[in-house]
Amino acid sequence: MTITADSFKTGYLPTWCPGCGDYGIWMSLKNALGELSIGPDDGLIVYGIGCHGNMYDWMRTYGFIGLHGRALPVAQGAKLANHRLPVIVVSGDGDCLGEGGNHFIHAAKRNPDINVIIHDNQVYGLTTGQASPTAKAGFKTKSTPEGVVDEPMNPLTLAIVSGATFVARGFAGDPLGLTKLMVEAVRHKGFSVLDVLQPCVTFDKVHTYGWYRSRLYSLSASDYAPTDKLRALTKAVEWGDHIPVGIFYREEKPTSEDREPALAEGPLVSQRESQGNLDSLLEEFQ
Amino acid sequence: MKDSVTWKIGGEAGFGIMSSGTILARAFSRAGYCVFATNEYPSLIRGGHNIVTVRIATREIHALEGVVDILMALNQETVDLHKQELHDGSIVVFDPKDYDWQASDFSNKPVLVPVPLRGLVEQGAGEPVMRNTIALGVTVGLLGVDFILVESVIHDQFTKKGDEVVRRNLAFARSGYDFVKTNLPALQGCHIAPTTKKEDVLVLSGSEAVGLGAVRAGMRFAAIYPMTPINSLITFLADHAKELRIVYKQPEDEIAGINMAIGASIAGVRSMVATSGGGFALMVEGLSLAGMVEAPLVIDLGMRVGPATGMPTWTEQGELQFVIHAGHGEFPRVVLAPADAAEAYTLTIEAFQLADKYQVPVFLLTDKYINESQWCVPKTHFQGDVLLDRGKIAQTEALASDVSFSRYSLGNDDGISPRSFPGQKHGQYFANSYEHNEVGHVSEEPMNRKAMVQKRLKKLSAMSRDILPPSVYGDPEAGVTCVTWGSTRGPVLEALERVGFAVGGTRVNVVHFSWIYPFPAAQAAALLSKSTRIIDVEQNATGQLSSLIREHTGILIQEKLLKYDGRPFFPEEILDKVQSVK
Repeated sequence: MTITADSFKTGYLPTWCPGCGDYGIWMSLKNALGELSIGPDDGLIVYGIGCHGNMYDWMRTYGFIGLHGRALPVAQGAKLANHRLPVIVVSGDGDCLGEGGNHFIHAAKRNPDINVIIHDNQVYGLTTGQASPTAKAGFKTKSTPEGVVDEPMNPLTLAIVSGATFVARGFAGDPLGLTKLMVEAVRHKGFSVLDVLQPCVTFDKVHTYGWYRSRLYSLSASDYAPTDKLRALTKAVEWGDHIPVGIFYREEKPTSEDREPALAEGPLVSQRESQGNLDSLLEEFQ
Repeated sequence: MKDSVTWKIGGEAGFGIMSSGTILARAFSRAGYCVFATNEYPSLIRGGHNIVTVRIATREIHALEGVVDILMALNQETVDLHKQELHDGSIVVFDPKDYDWQASDFSNKPVLVPVPLRGLVEQGAGEPVMRNTIALGVTVGLLGVDFILVESVIHDQFTKKGDEVVRRNLAFARSGYDFVKTNLPALQGCHIAPTTKKEDVLVLSGSEAVGLGAVRAGMRFAAIYPMTPINSLITFLADHAKELRIVYKQPEDEIAGINMAIGASIAGVRSMVATSGGGFALMVEGLSLAGMVEAPLVIDLGMRVGPATGMPTWTEQGELQFVIHAGHGEFPRVVLAPADAAEAYTLTIEAFQLADKYQVPVFLLTDKYINESQWCVPKTHFQGDVLLDRGKIAQTEALASDVSFSRYSLGNDDGISPRSFPGQKHGQYFANSYEHNEVGHVSEEPMNRKAMVQKRLKKLSAMSRDILPPSVYGDPEAGVTCVTWGSTRGPVLEALERVGFAVGGTRVNVVHFSWIYPFPAAQAAALLSKSTRIIDVEQNATGQLSSLIREHTGILIQEKLLKYDGRPFFPEEILDKVQSVK
């Protein structure tokens, strides 16, 4: 059976605000999974808590809707238990970089074959508009009435220095380009981070679709090669009048699962009733 | 000849004190003796005072005694700190180069045995750390057994380090043994009675027994952040991950650990975490998640002295009420508390079976004393596969292709609904931390909410058929009852066996709880209502089990023997209390 965007219908309709960037990310994800032939029963999506995390209700796949910030550990546990299962993490800037920041760094360091999609809109939408870790200095929100005073976190540089092996940025207003990036991110064997810029139409009157469109340019249109870590970092800090999207960094490295000798002969789930040859090692205690 | 000898070795941390305890225990265990070893040490790697106490007996023993028969002092401090534990006739082995102890330094009358430990090291051109190996040889000599008894264990202990290391260690042990045989032939006060070997026995820590139980139960995934006192479980799992085909993952913190284990559980494998109180405090949010998504999960909580960082390397039973009440919201759980390594093994297997059967988190409430002491358990106890029951699992053939699978189906009297695993055809569902409907979609409808709360809580009553009732030791009709849970059983049994389960003509028994929660209220009430005097024995300051008994049975226990100085109970303390007039 061909997998299409319709394969994922649940009968539930989105509750996101009209015009929310989440729609573009959702649409792109469905299209990407179709292109990758990953159907509703074939993979696991682990969601964080935030506006992004409500996606599961209208996205029929195996889903795990965990605790705020804890999507990555759940995903890594599931992946180690069944490393043939495609595992995707749908997270947000607050979920992944605020509450879950430590998990993000360590996931990148381990390089599990997991794709994380960060809904990056600079605000906490579900709690009605406080500043997120990626909020730019000066940005006025409900928790920063005088404007954000701290420096913003940069998900791309953080991912690159932490060891992620695929680091990209997309835009929710460009579903075609975003679908392509998602397909590449999921296909990548290793920890792939896809930061998606998205306007929050309700709580952010500054970073609108128009604001982004007038600034974004695609790395793939230039002669940029995503193979050099230092160059990738230089590119990743570009912000202002010109904001790059595309693949910033990519490398092949053994994954977290590759490094587990127990997985060499197949996933743990396929041997879930085994008690090993325990009797043979009792002697060491004798 | 003695039928029980307590040996204590002390010295600076980093001087191989711990391993000499294990070698001695294994040597005598191999020869048919019952052994028990505990360690005491500060939270340091180098320096500080380390001791290991080994009790060797010709009969079954459950605990240490408060007195020391042989004190092996590798420094002056060992004698300073432990001379009160000696009795007349105890042997004190020391190197006069550390301090030349004289009889007048002691209030009691121990036999002073100066041994030139440093001199013997120098004769053999060894390192100062070799003193503990010499001490082993001296010990074997003082106990009056043949040197061959310790030979094979030293061989096995050092064989990984090469033949030369084995040869040197054997030579140093031999020099200690020969020193005793040559210079002290008449010193026979600590000779141990001969015994015969009945069966193969393992000497292992409680944590290692948990590891064996977990693997026996088919556990495939463990995420454990290092923390005293569960570190030897990590060592066991990591050392054998390849051959046993398990994954041990060191997470960035305990929060990640429990979430990883939940992820692995949802994906279909038996999984566990282990930690101590402080680490578990971080896991509490994840515990609630496991309760909500109904993920089977085993949590080994090795209690140590709290609050906060507390006294990290000392023992306590302070977390009983914590684990029963941990987690926001109301959801079922099981709490089991092993008393020793043998029970740690069987209850670990039971924990995994219960977790799958009821799709709930199950606690193994252990403590530093259980986890790090060395226990002897017959090898047969650990042998042979067990029948694994994974509980209700959706069969792929039975799943309809019309997207109708209800993971959280409400149609079960016991509240347990069949689960599918991601990747399983037609088994799609949402494991949802939000309140959800039968498929897993979020739902805030009042009727659904009520039904789901009841579904989850129904498991608590369903569990009643699996509850292990409290064990009774001694006469069930006895007038005096000591109530114990977890590791306090050992010292209490040891004490009561000494007096034949009777004090002043009154029979005394022990009512011991291995299954803590859901609390076996009816069984506890029936047992405790027979006693005219109940003494609650716990290793905490507030009598947490007695509160639980009061809550569920109405029985108010007036007499409590509570110890919370970080040190385990000694049988003598139990007898003092039981023999005291009320």
